Amino acid sequence: MRTMFFTQAVDNALAQAMSDDSRIVLIGEDILLLRRNLLVRFGPRRVRGTPISESAFLGVGVAAAMAGLRPVVEFYMVDFLAVCMDALLNHAAKVEAFSGGKWTAPVVVRAPCGGGYGDGGQHEQSLWGWLAHIPGLTVIVPSTPADAGGLMLAALQHDGPTIFLEHKLLSETWLEFLGSGARHTVKFDIPAEGAKGVVPKKWEPVPIGKAVLRRAGGDVTIVGVGVGVHRALEAAHILESEGISVSVLDLRTVSPLDKTAICESAAQTGRLLVVDEDYECFGLSGELSAVVLEAGIPCKYARVCTQTTIPYARPMEDRILPNKQRICASVRQLMQ
Amino acid sequence: MPPDLWSFYKIMLQSRLYEEAIAALWHDGLISGEMHLGTGEEAIIAGVVTQLHEGDAMALDHRGTAALLMDGVDPILILRELLGHPDGLCGGKGGHMHLFSKEHLVASSGIVGAEGPTAAGFALAAQYSRSGAVAVAFFGEGAMNQGMLMESMNLASAWNLPVLFVCKNDGWAITTQSEMMTGGKLNDRARGFGIPAVDVDGRNIIEVWEASHAAIERARSGHGPTFLNARCVHFEGHFLGFQLNRMVRNPIREMPGIVVPLTKSFVHPRGGVFRERLAGLKLVLGSVLSTLRDPRRDLANDPVRRARITLQSDTVCLNELENQVEKEISEIFTTVMAEVLS
Repeated sequence: MRTMFFTQAVDNALAQAMSDDSRIVLIGEDILLLRRNLLVRFGPRRVRGTPISESAFLGVGVAAAMAGLRPVVEFYMVDFLAVCMDALLNHAAKVEAFSGGKWTAPVVVRAPCGGGYGDGGQHEQSLWGWLAHIPGLTVIVPSTPADAGGLMLAALQHDGPTIFLEHKLLSETWLEFLGSGARHTVKFDIPAEGAKGVVPKKWEPVPIGKAVLRRAGGDVTIVGVGVGVHRALEAAHILESEGISVSVLDLRTVSPLDKTAICESAAQTGRLLVVDEDYECFGLSGELSAVVLEAGIPCKYARVCTQTTIPYARPMEDRILPNKQRICASVRQLMQ
Repeated sequence: MPPDLWSFYKIMLQSRLYEEAIAALWHDGLISGEMHLGTGEEAIIAGVVTQLHEGDAMALDHRGTAALLMDGVDPILILRELLGHPDGLCGGKGGHMHLFSKEHLVASSGIVGAEGPTAAGFALAAQYSRSGAVAVAFFGEGAMNQGMLMESMNLASAWNLPVLFVCKNDGWAITTQSEMMTGGKLNDRARGFGIPAVDVDGRNIIEVWEASHAAIERARSGHGPTFLNARCVHFEGHFLGFQLNRMVRNPIREMPGIVVPLTKSFVHPRGGVFRERLAGLKLVLGSVLSTLRDPRRDLANDPVRRARITLQSDTVCLNELENQVEKEISEIFTTVMAEVLS
């Protein structure tokens, strides 16, 4: 048995895959420092730093993938994908359809996401719903080190473009780099189970599009991804003492959605609560309501999401991000 | 005629002391997230901003505190904002990378290169409705590889927009040495768009003022954009708590956590051939060594100190001015901290 931190697990799985598959190359800003352990093991032909030119290096990653490589293109933050969306929206996501199914771009876009450390609204977004909106993109949001490593392996084996999001509150290195700067004077509400955990001795791919039930309960189903799963588990623990029994379903991938698992659990409990750190409107939370409606499942529905631009001030930010208080209140309302 | 060196020194010192106090608050955990100081680039900001009038606009990067202060934005409002106070410049909602002042026509962005289109847009509005007004973009040389900045330079040239593109060139794009990732010369790029490029020593306030004065006058009189390439250093690296600086400043504390996994990876049985591994290791060591040799460690590159050296023969005046500025900054911080802690 071995335990790892979240990003350590991703890098470890990535290293295993790079040893097995020489087509995998890493591309990104400051990657020579950020992924220095991979650089000294695999060399600068495979671990390549870039200028601050997102449109160029993501576009390069997409086309290199089409031409036979398996690039992992890493970003400082998912927010910065806005600079180069064309490569994803109009190219990576479209190649398979445009080529009549004959050609794909197996690129993995790796990016930290999420808030909770006071960096402001241009640097703390989640955006997985925005990305998952586009047909042809796979969007992965793991919540534990074991899933993070296993899903990275799956992403590398997947034949289409995949976005792999690491929540900064779970990532020991990103939180230090961007949040604390090695200060001991700041504190974050880090979900312990997500930041460090048991991982397999040898990495095996975790199937894409397969949710996992983190907690079984009969009254309400809470569905989420990333840090949202942990906030839901904290809330479930509190609600248990009030006699409310909560299921927590970790989607692990936003696209494709595990509709079967969602519908099964929602049908059992008759109450569905979506916890989503991404924006509320036109996103994952609304999509899940469509999933259960289309399946004809009678259930009550509520959501706890981010409704506004994320404010910089920590107390304001804590109020607007999904937290256990908001989740508990919402569950109690569903129970009425 | 430029303002005399005394008034330049005063605003640079104000900015320096203000930002040093900000750094202390950040270290104390009272400011969250990333904090990018402009310490080291004060001469560039002062040389340009002192020439702006009402109606002129600025597009700032994630390092905008000095420009806002020198443009006359209330230092109390800025400080409240950095502390996340609801009565801050942006209601506590923007934070230090996203500082805005509508009345001063100043917008910031944490997206590298975004200053280009913003300044060009401000300049278009100026050209259209406020004849003689200009817009300034402040960015680092890392942004010169960002498409939107290059596109904006072209547009500014094609539309003859009154823009001053100010490149605060410290040679580092976060942890990457810019020359490793940049093809050709930056000045040649600007000239390729038909924009005059001017090299300037960004540590020398008078030199910056003179070069930017000519460029701003040119823009005001309808002759289009200029590119100012101003060399400088950033004493704190990219941001406070910068990993490369920590390694160099406190190797005993920082190095074990870096060296142990690095060595394990280097000797791992499964990986690249030795030649490739060695090339990788050289790059990592190269980064650390360049930080050790970095000009930002040399106080001779400090623009505030350089101005002071010229003024120090008049000890009485200098002491008076420094005491006054220290008192003023201290009062700002005392006032705001009292509000925040109450």
